[in-house]
Amino acid sequence: MNFAVLQFPASNCDQDAIHAVRLLGHSARYVWHKEHSLGDAEAVIVPGGFSYGDYLRCGAIARFSPVMQAVKQFADNGGLVLGVCNGFQVLTEAGLLPGALVRNRDLQFHCEHIFLKAATVDSPFTSKIPSGKLLRVPIAHGEGCYFADEETLAKLKANNQILWQYCDASGNLTDTSNPNGSLLNIAGVCNERRNVAGLMPHPERACEPLLGSDDGRWIFESIFAALKNKPIARAA
Amino acid sequence: MKAKIIITPKKAVVDPQGKTVQVALEQMGYQGVIGVHVGKYIEIDLAPGTDQAAAQRALNDAAHRFLSNPIIEDYKLEIE
Repeated sequence: MNFAVLQFPASNCDQDAIHAVRLLGHSARYVWHKEHSLGDAEAVIVPGGFSYGDYLRCGAIARFSPVMQAVKQFADNGGLVLGVCNGFQVLTEAGLLPGALVRNRDLQFHCEHIFLKAATVDSPFTSKIPSGKLLRVPIAHGEGCYFADEETLAKLKANNQILWQYCDASGNLTDTSNPNGSLLNIAGVCNERRNVAGLMPHPERACEPLLGSDDGRWIFESIFAALKNKPIARAA
Repeated sequence: MKAKIIITPKKAVVDPQGKTVQVALEQMGYQGVIGVHVGKYIEIDLAPGTDQAAAQRALNDAAHRFLSNPIIEDYKLEIE
C-alpha cells in the first residue's frame, strides 16, 4: 500500500509517520504542501507538528496549502485520510472533520502516555483493534481539547463517529484520565462517511516496543486491512 | 485605512486562559471582576483609496473563513 505523508512548514512528525508505515511493511512518501497532486497514494497521513508555527490557530494556515485541495478531492472520492495531532487540527480547520481543538484546560503542554479506548470498531481506522484492548499511546500537545457544540456532539454519538476516547488503565472514561479537557473524553473522531479520521495521540510513535508501546500498530493494521478490501480510491 | 478585528472565544468554549487571568486579577487585589475572556486583536492596513464597502465584504469573508474559527470564536470587524 502506498501512503502519502504531507509536509507543511514546521510539520515534525512526518518522519515518524513514514517510518511507522515502512516498518509495518508498506510504502510511504513525503508530499510537500505546495504540490497539487497526491500521485498514486492510496491513503494520506496528515502528520503532527507545529505547521506555520501554530500561528493564528493550529492548522488554520496549513488548511489553505495547495496540497489540501488534492486531499479534499481524495476524501470526496472516498480515499482514507488520517490526521494525527496537528494533522487532526488541520482537518478540523479544513472542515473535513467536525469540531475544533482548543487549548488544554490546564494550559499546560502534555507530553505523556495515555490510554485510549476504541469507542467503535466500525471504521477503517479501528476495525482491527481487539475487543476490549486499550491502546497505550503517547500524546504531545498544548491544544488538544476537543470541542463541538451540543448539536454536533449529539450527531457524533448518533452516527458512531467518536473513534477513540481517553480512559484509565481499566478502560473507564474518567476526568483524571482526560489529559486536556476534551468533551466526552474524545481523543479522535471520523467524518460521517467514515473515510477521514483524526486523533490527538500519536500512534506512529507507538509501533515499536523500543518506544514503550506498539499498540499504535492496531490503527495502522486497520487501515491496511481496509485498503486491501476496498476498491482503491485513486488520488487525482 | 485600517481594519480592526476583535476575536473572542465563544461562551460555550471553556476559556482557561481567561479564568487564569481572572484569578490573577483577584489575587492582585482588583475587586468586582466577574469574568475575563482572552481573545485576539488583528489590525489590517488597507491601501489608500480602497472602497470601504467592498473592503467590509471582503474582510467579513476573510474573518469568517480564516481569521476566526466560527466553531469556537466570534469576531467584530471595524473599518476606519
